[in-house]
Amino acid sequence: MSDMLRQVEPVIPALRRYARALVRNRAAADDLVQDCLERAVSNWGQRRDGDPRPWLFTILHNLAVNQFRHTASRGKHIAIEDANEDDFGQDAVQEQKLMYQDVLEKLARLPEDQRAVLLLVAVEDLSYADAAKVLDIPLGTVMSRLSRARERLQQEIEGTADGAPKKVVQLRSMK
Amino acid sequence: MSNRPITEDDLHAHVDGVLEPERQVEVGGYLEGHPDVARRVAAFSDQRDLLRKALAPIADEPLPPQLNLSRIIEKRQRRPSPVWWAVAAVLMLSIGGIGGWVTRGSLQTPSGGLAALAQEAAYSYHVYAPDRVRPVEMRASDSAQLVQWVSNRLKQPVKLPDLTGAGYRLMGGRLIATSHGPAAMFMYDDDRGDRLVVLTRPMASEQSAPMAPHSGGDVSGFAWADDGMGYSLVGQAAAESLKPIANEVRRQARTI
Repeated sequence: MSDMLRQVEPVIPALRRYARALVRNRAAADDLVQDCLERAVSNWGQRRDGDPRPWLFTILHNLAVNQFRHTASRGKHIAIEDANEDDFGQDAVQEQKLMYQDVLEKLARLPEDQRAVLLLVAVEDLSYADAAKVLDIPLGTVMSRLSRARERLQQEIEGTADGAPKKVVQLRSMK
Repeated sequence: MSNRPITEDDLHAHVDGVLEPERQVEVGGYLEGHPDVARRVAAFSDQRDLLRKALAPIADEPLPPQLNLSRIIEKRQRRPSPVWWAVAAVLMLSIGGIGGWVTRGSLQTPSGGLAALAQEAAYSYHVYAPDRVRPVEMRASDSAQLVQWVSNRLKQPVKLPDLTGAGYRLMGGRLIATSHGPAAMFMYDDDRGDRLVVLTRPMASEQSAPMAPHSGGDVSGFAWADDGMGYSLVGQAAAESLKPIANEVRRQARTI
């Protein structure tokens, strides 16, 4: 039990971050993480030895996808959380916060499968192979989704997403 | 210097800082000679940096009480085994005996037999399994009361199937209204969040019937009857993976 505590507890902040970035709602994200932790505790014996992070992210990701599936079928829209309104008066800080808010809103416009790859790899530092395990897809698909996610996010950032596709230098065709 | 051509994957690995040092040098050299690619790669790096900074504060927030892992572990250890509760409930309720349920009958098709039971189980699955808020009325932590409640209402000792061996965890259950009287519904889920429903009620006709598959829409399942009690297991998994679970439910129910 103490072994579980020692290995799982340090991962909880990252699990929260991933869940929040996926569902964009604090309460819903924390509910998912709680569900994930309860499953991890009851199925601790079933994990493979080694780094528990991919295993935990797998449980969390599957729960999140399931929720997407159900909310999508109900057509429910999860509200985007308001930015915290503290720290007023500091222009630089405020400007930075707006920039962060802005990139998260752009991230939210990516298809869910691209967003998941980008978050796991670029934010949560999972290896490409571990991301493939979490998402249960081949490594090549991780790479092509990562590539598409970055292109798409860049188009959003540069404001070219809705117009004609920007000409990009491409070294290989995208799957 | 290797002669391997630089790939798109190399560029992403460069952005994520996971290239081998030698390859890193090669990619660096390539980017120097290709400013347009270098600009794109730099934009990806900026993007990565911005995302990490924007999301970092979430990981720094203090954890809410619901995510206290010690408490979650403690809660799970305190939970008594559902099998033990089922045994206790059966002892308490065995005085009720078998029978006593008289069906009102129904003019509607399908008949009061297995087909109707299978239909009821599928309806229950469609209504309750997608429910994220309150899929069950009594949760697994109250499984003793759940068993007692449904056994009272069905006037039959109801056994709560334990499907942990098949990877499904009890979520809880509720009483369902059918045109053949009350039925007990138990819901389970696995690590992927896939849910299963087991429906059981006394049978007016077909008091004993062999296990038969049924399917409709996106769900499939198995229904059977033993000693006057009908059972149906329904899920979205493939029928062949539900079959052994249905066998397990039947085996456990027979050991009452």
